[in-house]
Amino acid sequence: MNERESGQNRLAQESGNQGGKGRRKTGLSRRHFLQVAGAGAIGAGLAGCDTDERKVKEVRGSMTMRVNPKRGEKVSLLGFGMMRLPSVGGRSAREGNEPIDQDMVNKMVDYAIAHGVNYFDTAPPYCKGKSEEATARALLRHPRDKYFIATKLSNFVPSTWSREASLQIYRNSLRLFVTDHIDYLLLHGVGMGNGMPDYEKRFLDNGVLDFLLEERERGHVRNLGFSYHGDIAVFDRLLAEHDKYHWDFVQIQLNYLDWKYAGRIKAFNSSASYLYGELDKRGIPVVVMEPLLGGRLSNVPNNIAAMLKQAAPEDSIASWAFRYAGSFPRVLTVLSGMSRFEHLEENIRTYSPLQPLSDREMALLEKVADRMIRYDTIPCNACDYCMPCPYGIDIPGCILHYNKCLNEDLILKSVRDKNYREARRAYLVGYDRSVPRLRQASHCTGCGQCVPHCPQRIDIPAQLRRIDAYVEKLKQDRL
Amino acid sequence: MLKKIRLTLAVLALLCLTALFLDFTGSVQPYLGFWARIQLVPALLAANFVAVLGLALATLVLGRGYCSILCPLGLFQDVVARLARLRGKRSYSFAPAHTALRLCVLALFVLALVLGAGSLAALLDPYASFGRMANALLQPLVQLLNNGLSLLADRLDSYAFAPVDVWLNSVPLLVIALLTLGIVGFLAARHGRLYCNAICPVGTMLGLLSRFAFFRPLLDETKCVNCRRCVRFCKSGCIDLEHKRIDASRCVVCLNCVDTCPTGALAFGHAGKEARVAVQAKTAGTRAASKGRGSASCTRRDFVKGSALAAVAAPLGTDKAIDGGFAKIVPKTNPVRATAIVPPGAQSHANFAAHCTGCQLCVSVCPTAVLRSATGLLTFLQPEMGYERGYCRPECTRCGEVCPTGAIHPITRAQKSALQIGRAVWKRDLCVAVTSGHSCDNCARHCPVEAITMVALDPQKPDSPKIPAVNESRCTGCGACENLCPARPLSAIHVEGVLVHAEI
Repeated sequence: MNERESGQNRLAQESGNQGGKGRRKTGLSRRHFLQVAGAGAIGAGLAGCDTDERKVKEVRGSMTMRVNPKRGEKVSLLGFGMMRLPSVGGRSAREGNEPIDQDMVNKMVDYAIAHGVNYFDTAPPYCKGKSEEATARALLRHPRDKYFIATKLSNFVPSTWSREASLQIYRNSLRLFVTDHIDYLLLHGVGMGNGMPDYEKRFLDNGVLDFLLEERERGHVRNLGFSYHGDIAVFDRLLAEHDKYHWDFVQIQLNYLDWKYAGRIKAFNSSASYLYGELDKRGIPVVVMEPLLGGRLSNVPNNIAAMLKQAAPEDSIASWAFRYAGSFPRVLTVLSGMSRFEHLEENIRTYSPLQPLSDREMALLEKVADRMIRYDTIPCNACDYCMPCPYGIDIPGCILHYNKCLNEDLILKSVRDKNYREARRAYLVGYDRSVPRLRQASHCTGCGQCVPHCPQRIDIPAQLRRIDAYVEKLKQDRL
Repeated sequence: MLKKIRLTLAVLALLCLTALFLDFTGSVQPYLGFWARIQLVPALLAANFVAVLGLALATLVLGRGYCSILCPLGLFQDVVARLARLRGKRSYSFAPAHTALRLCVLALFVLALVLGAGSLAALLDPYASFGRMANALLQPLVQLLNNGLSLLADRLDSYAFAPVDVWLNSVPLLVIALLTLGIVGFLAARHGRLYCNAICPVGTMLGLLSRFAFFRPLLDETKCVNCRRCVRFCKSGCIDLEHKRIDASRCVVCLNCVDTCPTGALAFGHAGKEARVAVQAKTAGTRAASKGRGSASCTRRDFVKGSALAAVAAPLGTDKAIDGGFAKIVPKTNPVRATAIVPPGAQSHANFAAHCTGCQLCVSVCPTAVLRSATGLLTFLQPEMGYERGYCRPECTRCGEVCPTGAIHPITRAQKSALQIGRAVWKRDLCVAVTSGHSCDNCARHCPVEAITMVALDPQKPDSPKIPAVNESRCTGCGACENLCPARPLSAIHVEGVLVHAEI
């Protein structure tokens, strides 16, 4: 339940050992947290004979590894997602126009490899097209057998649908990684856009899938799979053709909210329980993406946070989502897009080793999901696939601010609401702070370029209009 | 004692007036607005008889106390003079009056007002001069400070400070403000209240009355030992010790002389017959008062740093083969308007031009950066509207609330919603429906009076991209359509002002 203990002890020691008492309380304050952890540290450091269960947990285990049945290779349960790399501005590189902070990427990759992480997932369009290069730069400083490269064939725009253009994307990946083989290659986002017709145009009609199958024969592609978003018909078709293609793995969105409710929160994505069930039935290894729903499962409303902290006061909210995804046996690796070093440290702690969720804990998360689904948040994971908007709008910025206020109960129903003045100011001032005025929802023309790119199938123009209308009402006090 | 009272009131007035001009949130205005309304020129323009009569009466009783208690430019000069005298004991000396110059400037001022050349009158109004300096030179600094605090507050999860745009709204205004600062500041540092007694038309007007003031500083020749302390401390240079006379038309009743006299020969009291009429010093010919011109150090401060948008002109259209990042946004430019737009409440261009003294108080409080100084010759320094940074929001009526001169009358939100200050005009060649072939309804969606309907570009094809159809008679001219139009740098829909505002 508490494999992060050692890290907490380290934290406590750095801040000076404090407090000898105060064990086993359920307070939530930071000071309290330090006290409890500090007590553990003292207990461990001074009283060696104390055979408290704490001491056992304090010993850091090693990363949980899963076996890919195809070659029997061991893959770390934590996979490093290279979509939200840090920028020099300190934010995620997707958020602005700052370049990627390569030094920090190197540092994080070094730390990850040193702690057993060996799966690195990137794609040509990520981070304004710079992710693959940054990933390669960091990985090339390590021996090739220390890591698995996962990248994708991301021929999303029609101009890249020709065979030549598609193969160029693939070859460019090989060139960037200075290698003759990609360990895990994915057809990127099948089911997105127009669903079946787009899938056929991207991979079948131009012979790209056949080419990739040949490449697998030749050993240039070690594992061939696909990542799925959107139209369930495409997913079903690809699995029905499993005998023909022998998918080595499939990447799906899986978390405790999507398990049951994916169909409810997006237009026609199917629930993760169905996807996982179909893959499990066929024995196909599962790579999990969006275990945190773009942060929506780590940045939760207060009542949800209270539920989780009550069950495990010393565990982070995010660790629940990671343990959830890791608890499924068919899962090969769980991808996390980490833009901060602290994310990486914490996730490594969570999976070193994984403590699978008990039935009681599973039941708790189900309850959490039931409650969370009542919040009418817009299911944006800030993946930035919609960006850049041709009119300069910060689409995820506008939506995330709305979701944040929704989670904090700051979305108002009428001017008669009790907290009207404060909530109004919080929304409007916070909006101007997080999104420059020229990039706000009021500038959406409804051109619709973003719509087919959204893996969550959000009707972005409609949502931006809804946000804009709400802001306008707030400004005019006419709610 | 009297001087202390005078000083206290003066400090209060200066602080309140400065706060009035620096407060871009419009929150102190309801409490401090009256300080602007009791200024002489605004009161005259607004036909505020109570204030004008009150000031005239006060001057007849107490002399030009107005200049030393209420006038912000006068107080500003006092501050400069005091700072200039912190080091080195430079002293003042008696100087003959520049009567001809004073009367000429006053005549010019009155003529300008009567003929409706408001911009010339605006240049001479001391209150407006102060307002321009505060607005153009000081407010940006306060706004930058506010933005810094906002950043800090953001980290503390506080919403106490909201970020604002800091921008250079008019270069001519900046130049005028710097020149005012340079000229008035230089004169104040060297010659005390010379500006008030040689140029300022308000000083001259009040001087005509204060010659007959009931109370004034009086010199008791029997007690005077000719130590000349009073002369050295007289900012107005109006104590003629040779002839034992004090020029009451130039005395600003600062009471320095009374305060400093070691023998009590000077007192503030009722004039007996001995000092009945002030000296019209005719001796020396009028010296050119405006000799100390120029040398204004025009180092331009880079206000705009905070708000500067990347002005790189890049076409819209972006490469969707990659994810993330922002498209460059080309800044909007203000279109050339056949008729300028003046703020709601101005009633008409004529009324506005005749009453506005260009004090920039409305510009200071405009929350959406719509108001800025005009650059036209006849309306120079008087504000006009532009929608490249924001538009005239339906819920805002601040400019009318603050205007002390009656150039912008206060209106209610309801009145504003039915007031036409301009009309939207559509330009086919710029509209994205034509240039990019996809519909866009930003203008129609944001029109607060629903004056815009989207119609098919080609009436034969209902599926063709939609363009706006403006019902001019319903349009208020608020500029929402212009500001939010995606066409850049020039909007495909823009507002043309109307000469006389109309009710719709």
